[in-house]
Amino acid sequence: MELDPLLLSRLQFAFVVSFHAIFPVFTIGLASYIAVLEGLAYKTENPIWTRLSSFWTRVFAVVFGMGVVSGIVMAFQFGTNWSNFSYISANFLGPILSYEVVTAFFLEAAFLGVLLFGRGKVPPGIFLLSAILVAVGTFISSFWILSANSWMHTPAGFEFRGELIYVTSWLEAIFNPSLPYRFAHMGLASFLTGGFVVAGVSAWYLIRKREVEANRKALSMTLWLLLILTPLQTWVGDLHGLNTLEHQPVKVAAMEGNWETQSNVPLLLFALPDQENQTNRFEIGIPNLASIILKHSADGVVPGLNEVAPEEQPPVAWVFWSFRVMVGIGLLMIAVAVTGLVLRLKGTLWSSQWYWRVLQVMSITPFIAVIAGWFTTEIGRAPWLIYGVMTFEQGLTPSLQGWMALVTLIGYIVVYALVFTGGLYYLMRILRDGLEYQAHEPDDEPSHRAKRPLSAVDVPLEEGA
Amino acid sequence: MEPVFDLVPIWAGIIGFGIIMYVLMDGFDLGQGILFPFAPDEDARGVMMNSVAPVWDGNETWLILGGAGLLAAFPLVYSVFLPALYLGVFLMLAGLIFRGVAFEFRFKAKTSRYLWNWAFAGGSILASFAQGAVVGTYIQGFEVENFRYVGGALDWLTPFTVMTGLGMLAGYALLGSTWLIMKSEGYIQDWAYRITPYLLAALAAVFVIVSIWTPLVNDDVRSRWFDQVSLIWLLPVGALISMAVLLRALKRRDEGMPFVATMGIFIFAYLGLLFSKLPYIVPPTYTIWDAASAHESQLFLLIGLLFVIPFVLMYTAWTYWVFRGKVKAGVGYH
Repeated sequence: MELDPLLLSRLQFAFVVSFHAIFPVFTIGLASYIAVLEGLAYKTENPIWTRLSSFWTRVFAVVFGMGVVSGIVMAFQFGTNWSNFSYISANFLGPILSYEVVTAFFLEAAFLGVLLFGRGKVPPGIFLLSAILVAVGTFISSFWILSANSWMHTPAGFEFRGELIYVTSWLEAIFNPSLPYRFAHMGLASFLTGGFVVAGVSAWYLIRKREVEANRKALSMTLWLLLILTPLQTWVGDLHGLNTLEHQPVKVAAMEGNWETQSNVPLLLFALPDQENQTNRFEIGIPNLASIILKHSADGVVPGLNEVAPEEQPPVAWVFWSFRVMVGIGLLMIAVAVTGLVLRLKGTLWSSQWYWRVLQVMSITPFIAVIAGWFTTEIGRAPWLIYGVMTFEQGLTPSLQGWMALVTLIGYIVVYALVFTGGLYYLMRILRDGLEYQAHEPDDEPSHRAKRPLSAVDVPLEEGA
Repeated sequence: MEPVFDLVPIWAGIIGFGIIMYVLMDGFDLGQGILFPFAPDEDARGVMMNSVAPVWDGNETWLILGGAGLLAAFPLVYSVFLPALYLGVFLMLAGLIFRGVAFEFRFKAKTSRYLWNWAFAGGSILASFAQGAVVGTYIQGFEVENFRYVGGALDWLTPFTVMTGLGMLAGYALLGSTWLIMKSEGYIQDWAYRITPYLLAALAAVFVIVSIWTPLVNDDVRSRWFDQVSLIWLLPVGALISMAVLLRALKRRDEGMPFVATMGIFIFAYLGLLFSKLPYIVPPTYTIWDAASAHESQLFLLIGLLFVIPFVLMYTAWTYWVFRGKVKAGVGYH
């Protein structure tokens, strides 16, 4: 069998980036939640907020550590597998990605240490400020990454001189047309991820009647947040989709499973896209709805996949179904958030065990939605690496052979599986110990403790240790 | 538009500084991992790990910054070295990840501790060897055409690069043992004193072999060193003097000096390597100017770096200051 380095490199990048993405999307949301808890603690001096914040900071430390470890690979992968892409676009991507590293560097050096180790050792005001700056820093970091990514979707502010890309306007390149939508959409996704995890874990503690007062507070405030953010995310997602329609119409056509440019396009609930015959099988749809959503009128003409040759179309079934998974989870989230409001108004929120169980299950859904969303947008731009400028094939490392890509693909899967198993197992221990866990003060000089994220947590690794 | 002044040498200086910072700092903590299997007992392993625990991840962030900085300032280096060293880079990253994870979990583990010991040692050895092979590959040069790497998958793995890989293992182990002399006491320090001369001998042997081998395989290097006797001969002399200082310090049982002298060996060897090659950064074909990114791109990032780097250096210095002094056995376990 011929090993295709292009396919294997794409699989490898998809694997590494999907695996990596679940950590920052959670820590970005969680950092803001910790900052809010610290703000409440500072204002009210109620020790419950401090206890909640300490607990979630322990979780934050472990997840942040896993995010750093899984992210190291990405700094090198652009060069190992996509060296043509790196070389040609480095004048823009190099500084942008470096700024991301520099921001993270700065953040870790300055404020993360205070947040993880400084409680009780620095004045409360400084501690609160550090918590806020860590939250802000995670957003700045994601801003740079999303700017680079958005530029690959909607490139702007550059020109070719010879075969290389030169930046003609940094402002236009950094704030390229899809950045505001992608940044807003991802920011909200981070909040939703943090929110549903906090809600799910709090609900789990409530079922077990642990730390009832604190966990009720946590669940209550999180449900208010989710009630506002879930519909807001739908609206922002819709705007993002309209922006995509403007700049990447073929992607939207794949999302809708719309093969031909036409009016009165139905919104398909189910279909099996058949790329070979350029049609769908087993369509079930709501008439005109896609036209209404995308063009705000039933007879609006929506561009179809036939706008481009079949070899320039993305793999439609992947895009079509990833999109449906994301939207389906989004709607489910709204339903769960509204149910919470109904129960609260009826006064039965604190006795509805079934609802707590639902929340517990819901805590994994944002991760699935985030990955499905990224699948939609990233697979949807195929075959373009930089949209309309460079294909995947043109970006690939010329000297890369199939077996090399296969070896490293398997290698990264093995390494990440081990890291993930270890990290997840340890996270479960922290969750099981919960808010009640009391760190025993180390007998050595506190300033001699290591200043790494994970060493902020001293829960032992094994049972009974 | 002609730039007012040339940023390329400035960036070469920044990257060069970053690399030697990384080598010296991650070198001594990788060294602990290399020496791990040979440590006298489990307590000693605890002290070795504790002696670098507060600083190792800060040390490794230099590597990430180096990777991203190369893409921004010298994209040609990034897009030739990484494809050429494809499998070596994977081994290095896998090694670094394993030892990073082992670092965190060994402290928190009891029954599974021996597993984390192996992961720590194996990961450190793998990563160090791969880095040495990178140096060897740089000396060997890269097969390039039209700004692309066109060589094979295993060009980086030759008898010569295996030799430099082993040399790096010896060198990092030496940095590790002299660091341990400074940070430990009692029987652990005695052990570190005992092994250091052997590590120095191994490193010196590799130096001699590489110094003879390189001019034989590489004409450019030969002509630079032998066509006319120049000031660069001061660099190997500096390395030799550093070795002599190290030996003397060991005899007098100095505690700080052996580490300082070892850093001296590294710095002189590093400068010797640079002056054998510069201005070629993708030898034997491309210079730092061929490999540089656009002036505006270099300028754009430089502004941010000038703001952040002093801060990071201050923070690094402060961390080392806080964690100065001896590491006691048994401390730091939870």
